[in-house]
Amino acid sequence: MSVSIFEIIGPVMIGPSSSHTAGAVRIGSLARRILGQTPEWANITLYGSFKATYRGHGTDKALTAGLLGMRPDDERIRGALALAEREGLKLNWILSDTEVEHANTARIQLGAKDKTITVQGSSLGGGRVAITSIDDFPVYVTGQAHTLITCHDDRPGMVAKVAQILANNQLNVGALNLSRRSKGDLALMVVETDEAIPATVKEELLSVPLVHRLVSIPFEMDW
Amino acid sequence: MLKQISSVQQLIDIATQKDVPISQLILEYEQYVSDTNAETVLNHTRHILKTMYSAIEEGIHSKERSHTGLSGGDAYLYDKKGSLLEGVAAKALVNAIAASETNGRMGKIAACPTAGASGVTPGALFATADKLGKTHEDLVYPLLTASGIGVVINHRAFLAGALGGCQAEVGSAAAMTAGAIVELAGGSPRQVGQAAALAMKNLLGLPCDPVAGLVEVPCVKRNGMGALVALAAADLALAGVESTIPVDEVIDTMAKIGKDMPIGLKETATGGLAITPTALSLTEKILGS
Repeated sequence: MSVSIFEIIGPVMIGPSSSHTAGAVRIGSLARRILGQTPEWANITLYGSFKATYRGHGTDKALTAGLLGMRPDDERIRGALALAEREGLKLNWILSDTEVEHANTARIQLGAKDKTITVQGSSLGGGRVAITSIDDFPVYVTGQAHTLITCHDDRPGMVAKVAQILANNQLNVGALNLSRRSKGDLALMVVETDEAIPATVKEELLSVPLVHRLVSIPFEMDW
Repeated sequence: MLKQISSVQQLIDIATQKDVPISQLILEYEQYVSDTNAETVLNHTRHILKTMYSAIEEGIHSKERSHTGLSGGDAYLYDKKGSLLEGVAAKALVNAIAASETNGRMGKIAACPTAGASGVTPGALFATADKLGKTHEDLVYPLLTASGIGVVINHRAFLAGALGGCQAEVGSAAAMTAGAIVELAGGSPRQVGQAAALAMKNLLGLPCDPVAGLVEVPCVKRNGMGALVALAAADLALAGVESTIPVDEVIDTMAKIGKDMPIGLKETATGGLAITPTALSLTEKILGS
């Protein structure tokens, strides 16, 4: 795969660690965008190296900054914990000794009003991250492409219906991943497209019967 | 147009054949990869350069220690008191330490290729620009060349201490920077490759053994030393000195050494300097509080 030079030089970020600071901002940012709004509360569990070194690397500040909608280069990251308090984001930190697959992992349960989700994400180095589960559905969301996530009933033809709408709008699918908890239950689909998803297409997708939720994460440079 | 970059030799061959600098190939490559135009790529590169310069400026004027107290103030001290080195070498050293200290203080930096190694490139590049009477704008294309070398290292080896030790971070940064300096000074694509090889060869085997797992000790000073290696390698290459082992073989060697390296030396803070008595007592003080 061809890698962008801006994954090699960059991101422009608040130090000190691309994996523990910039990556943590992005995990928080993805969690916020998957929820679809600014969270009012979050229970954050830190594992592995995140747990061991979060204070020195400002990982707690960085995750909070991401939940508040900041990017890795935001000067306000250093004061993110105080800002969260002022903005009414209640945070609860849990340090876990449980062994996880990747050293730099956080699990974030977050909510606003009547909506709650749980995402787990890992920082992979150089500021690159992956969300590896959403509400215990295994996924792989990196934020490095235009991403569409649908939650729908596990029925025949659902993938085709979504794909057909994308095709009708000249949106090319680069990657597609489907998961479900059990047969006939809820399914989660992650679609990466080469083009950004226009608002009209989102509405069209949401009007498909049995599609319950839809999240669109447009890709931006230095997000 | 290049759609994939898998070796530095490939860059040298195409650049030589087309009689263009390597940066020109990288500019076209990035337009393809990011599906964008040249101006967007150049502007983003300028934004990165600007961040690098302000990280130096911020660091060099500050005596402030980092949040943990492990680093900070050494660039200020050396800038005032350094006496043996002079000119471009002294400047590269102090610049690199300054930018790296800014990183340790949770200041704004540009990862290159990581935050931990983010002092090397600004350190040596801006010092060389001063020496050669070049402007910051003149650094845009050389930085593209640096990134191209980084793309190759990422492809053939890795750019993370957790995967390959510090040779993959400061070692890679020095190789990238050496190549950039050669292009800035008007060297040939072949000399760019030689400089990258010479720089990386001399940082092979360097472990990632940070005290308390934090990007401060020994990282800050290693950035300074890495900038000096980059500068020396570029100067040798510009004089026509060549590396006996070709650059891509050196990069492959870095990958092999990284794989062979014990896990304790790969950013886990369970080996090397991180487990010296002093480091352990500092760790307890910082993480225990």
